[in-house]
Amino acid sequence: MTNKTDYPVQLIQPDGRRVLDREHTALIADIGPEQLRALYADLVITRRIDTEATALQRQGQLGLWAPMLGQEAAQVGSAYALRPDDYVFCSYREHAVAYCRGVHPTEITRMWRGVAHSCWDPHAVNMTNPNIIVGSQGLHATGYAYAAHLDGTEIATIAYFGDGASSQGDLAEALGFAASWSAPVVFFCQNNHWAISSPVRIQSATPIARRAYGYGIPGVQVDGNDVLAVLAVTRQAAARARTGGGPSFIEALTYRMGPHTTADDPTRYRSAAETEEWARRDPIARMRKLLERESLWDETFERQVGARADEVADQVRTATIDMPDPAPTQLFDHVYATPHPLITQERSEYAAYLAGDPDEATARPEGVPT
Amino acid sequence: MITTFAAALNAGLRRAMDDDPKVVLMGEDIGRLGGVFRVTDTLQKDFGDNRVIDTPLAESGIVGTAFGMALRGYRPVCEIQFDGFVYPAFDQIVSHVAKIHYRTQGKVLAPITIRIPFGGGIGSVEHHSESPEVYFAHTAGLRVVTPSNPADAYSMIRQAIMLDDPVIFFEPKRRYWDKAEVDFDAEALPLDRARVCVSGADATIVAYGGTVASAITAAKIAAEEGHSVEVIDLRSLSPIDFDTIEASVTKTGRLIVTHEAPVFAGLGAEIAARITERCFYYLEAPVLRVGGFDIPYPPAKLEKHHLPDPDRILAAVDRSLAA
Repeated sequence: MTNKTDYPVQLIQPDGRRVLDREHTALIADIGPEQLRALYADLVITRRIDTEATALQRQGQLGLWAPMLGQEAAQVGSAYALRPDDYVFCSYREHAVAYCRGVHPTEITRMWRGVAHSCWDPHAVNMTNPNIIVGSQGLHATGYAYAAHLDGTEIATIAYFGDGASSQGDLAEALGFAASWSAPVVFFCQNNHWAISSPVRIQSATPIARRAYGYGIPGVQVDGNDVLAVLAVTRQAAARARTGGGPSFIEALTYRMGPHTTADDPTRYRSAAETEEWARRDPIARMRKLLERESLWDETFERQVGARADEVADQVRTATIDMPDPAPTQLFDHVYATPHPLITQERSEYAAYLAGDPDEATARPEGVPT
Repeated sequence: MITTFAAALNAGLRRAMDDDPKVVLMGEDIGRLGGVFRVTDTLQKDFGDNRVIDTPLAESGIVGTAFGMALRGYRPVCEIQFDGFVYPAFDQIVSHVAKIHYRTQGKVLAPITIRIPFGGGIGSVEHHSESPEVYFAHTAGLRVVTPSNPADAYSMIRQAIMLDDPVIFFEPKRRYWDKAEVDFDAEALPLDRARVCVSGADATIVAYGGTVASAITAAKIAAEEGHSVEVIDLRSLSPIDFDTIEASVTKTGRLIVTHEAPVFAGLGAEIAARITERCFYYLEAPVLRVGGFDIPYPPAKLEKHHLPDPDRILAAVDRSLAA
């Protein structure tokens, strides 16, 4: 990867034709018919998870959801470039990345329903839980990558964040630390063009990928709605990380088709014309055109993929609705890893209160002066 | 062995690094310089720059990358150069380091120790003399401790590093050059236990960090005036060992809390409230607080008025005894 790319890398044109790009096509030379179909299937399934979760929020089953509609290719393509032993640091919109990492569909909505602050065991899938503080995970990923480097382990660490997060100081510090330490970390910016109501021009006067150059980190822009292009550039960056090449920066140009979260109303700040323009660049439609053009798409395949997506969506729905409220005393669980007297006392007092026991702590001790 | 506070910390860090190869030190200027207070002196020479890591100048970066290293099984010990410099790292500490264990329901540990030289009394410039302990004591998930003498400095830094919870480790910088006997093989008091350092019967003074020595001096002067004053070194600011304070106050009936931090909403308020709740029928006088004024830390030529000295502590003892 070099600094020469001032245009987004693209491998599939909007009409489904391949782009002749020798450098990046070579990076996906092994992606044959079955892999192309698998990529398409995961784009469809993860969109179905997202629409199901959005519906669950509208029905009152989730307190909130951050839709990723439109960003499937950026997430699935990059996740396909990673190995199980690589480690992923995410933001709060990487539902498709989580699915591709092996997070079970029944775990994806736990945090959003409010039964816990986490969805899955990070170390079980080598991926952190949704990170709400914007951009802070860039430093976490850099530290993890550096630690892996100290261990002599040849893995890549990747940090997902958005265009809004690129304005945060922590991201700037992360780029500085990563460059200084030559840490094997991939910074993956999903530029979805909107940080709630702020367009990307408010975040950056230049293409975000160019910021990396100032730190001595190679950066690339990629068409984030082109799953093969995203796969290619992420493979390149991950390989660079694993082989001692240090950090890389990817800016995937994509678009958040829906609201920031289900609490948001994008009609107040952006035009229907803009959204329609991006709808014409839909990542799933483009991949389907490629499959059709290469005789890999038929109605049987469509039905199979649809049935699988329905099955996963049903798992998400059923698991979400079945999630019971946690027991009240779980309030006090895991605040500390070691016993802490204040927490122990509060747990005990609140349990006694719930049980209707008289609070003996307020009773006057025997023999004290009155 | 007679050792300074800073040298005792250095010995504790060295021992912790010897005991566990996953212990790494991170911070600005901690390598060849040995830290601006020389607490990490010679450690990079002996352990290498992969274990004593001179970081870029960025506090959020130090703590944020330490958090990532902890996720991979390391036990980072971060040095924040001065108390007033910790604020850029505040988000990483309270939003991530403090909460990851709770957030992941016990699946992820953050055994990070964040060393912060704190407090005044060294005649320095702005942002070099602050007492930000309450910000951290108010945050669930963090433990907050401060040794007041070389022996505790040696044992408490090792305990903090070994603990599976994150620890904010405040070092009273005006005590770095204090010397005392340190038994490096002594059994250590548990990290969250307060210590009665002067026994007395008429009143109790609770102090921590830099004010412990002032409280002990006040107790000596009070003894010359015929008053028997007990002094408790809190050591742990979160959790607080209320049992030790309660045992003392049920004996003396009077309590004075002293700290350098501003009094309003300070730890003295928490101690006064809890001890009033626990010892209401034993108290002979209201719990009094002697602390810094509710002002930004003042210029060096005024700090002697701001910091609680033995005279101001004694004035409070007299008020308590007169009640």
